[in-house]
Amino acid sequence: MCLGIPGEIIEVLPDRPDLARVNVSGVRRAINIGLLEGEQLSPGDWILIHVGFALSKIDEEEARSALEFLEGIGQAYADELQALQESKIE
Amino acid sequence: MRFVDEYRDADKAGALAAKIASMCEPGRHYKFMEVCGGHTHTIYKHGLEDYLPESIQLVHGPGCPVCVIPMGRVDDAIHIAEQPDVIMTSFGDMMRVPGGRGSFFDSKAAGADIRMVYSPLDALKIAKGNPDKHVVFMAIGFETTAPSTAVTVLRAVAEKVENFSIFCNHVTIIPAIKAILESPDLRLDGFLGPGHVSTVIGCRPYEFIARDYGRPLVTAGFEPLDILQSIYMVLKQLAEGRCEVENQYTRVVPWNGNLKALQVIGQVMELRPYFEWRGLGFISHSALKVRQEYASFDTERIFDLPGVRVADPKACQCGEVLKGVLKPWECKVFGTACTPETPIGTCMVSSEGACAAYYNYGRFSRERVKEATRA
Ligand code: SF4
Repeated sequence: MCLGIPGEIIEVLPDRPDLARVNVSGVRRAINIGLLEGEQLSPGDWILIHVGFALSKIDEEEARSALEFLEGIGQAYADELQALQESKIE
Repeated sequence: MRFVDEYRDADKAGALAAKIASMCEPGRHYKFMEVCGGHTHTIYKHGLEDYLPESIQLVHGPGCPVCVIPMGRVDDAIHIAEQPDVIMTSFGDMMRVPGGRGSFFDSKAAGADIRMVYSPLDALKIAKGNPDKHVVFMAIGFETTAPSTAVTVLRAVAEKVENFSIFCNHVTIIPAIKAILESPDLRLDGFLGPGHVSTVIGCRPYEFIARDYGRPLVTAGFEPLDILQSIYMVLKQLAEGRCEVENQYTRVVPWNGNLKALQVIGQVMELRPYFEWRGLGFISHSALKVRQEYASFDTERIFDLPGVRVADPKACQCGEVLKGVLKPWECKVFGTACTPETPIGTCMVSSEGACAAYYNYGRFSRERVKEATRA
């Protein structure tokens, strides 16, 4: 649960400005972006996700190196993605 | 040094290691604490200790939120889960944490409805789908996770979900660092500050460590190079006679943190007068509880809890490990009675726990070091 996972915003939901559809390592999920209120997020932006919430906006380079790092840690990341897959945030 | 050789930036790591060695004063010994369990994980995974001169010792701090939940709280959570018409929800990491009378997994096997969730919002969704049950979310974590719990409570209010509450076990990092600074059995020369906690609280709250305790702190990222770079930055401060809070992880951590996240924590939660940490004992103002305004979402106000304090098992030396006084392998039951499959202490449960990280990776690199020195 302590991992911060990068994801790329696909769209901010028009009727729910606190939710975005996000691509996280190929998994598409709704993520709560309410904690980044002042950030003006748009498709293509990268965010760092923790337990279903975007905690900070990051740049693409940071997102890539964070992903490489996560892929390197193996099981813990696989478990986290599996949990994310089953998650249904609304 | 095989671990670092396997790593894509081996050259850069080697160059940093040389810079670190050149920054050490001859004859001086350094003890640095990495506060965060994520850092501990990286250090063991990549065998970073092998890359440091012998005069630098890394000690692992209390920054794994699963590891610090005391046995009594686990028992209370299980007690709630066993009440009729209750669904308990929890992060997967918490499932194997042993209390005085077993873990969530044991209780689930015995028939309690305990479900793993990825996010507190998933727990809220379960509540909406099960109006005839009361759904409890086992809220754990440092300031990284507390805002998510707080937003979930606010959503429950907005959506008028009445069968949902949180069992709040959120802890705060600063009082724990303070307790460690004041512990007489440990002398530290500097700190690597936690990465993700700092995205929320920023770097300011650490300033007292430099100002009042004269120790440098560098907020560090999670990759091997981040950690080596941060160790270098701490050493450089010491060599130059400086003592400051610096931010190595500027890519992610804003100096002032995430103000919105801090605001929602403050709106929904307030500090407890004290809270028990596994192995560390009671620490003042070190945890959060739900504010009176949100009492109907506070599990502790809805259910009667046994609230019994349970002493840690005798064999367990997690307290010493969490304070950095003992290395994981120095615990008497490490790797024998206590393994990730059958944890006695919590440091063996989560992959960020020092004992589990060391068990999974570190012992191999240590064995190699032993072999190398024998040869
Ligand atoms: S080996 Fe087990 S009992 Fe010993 S400190 Fe580690 S987690 Fe605790």
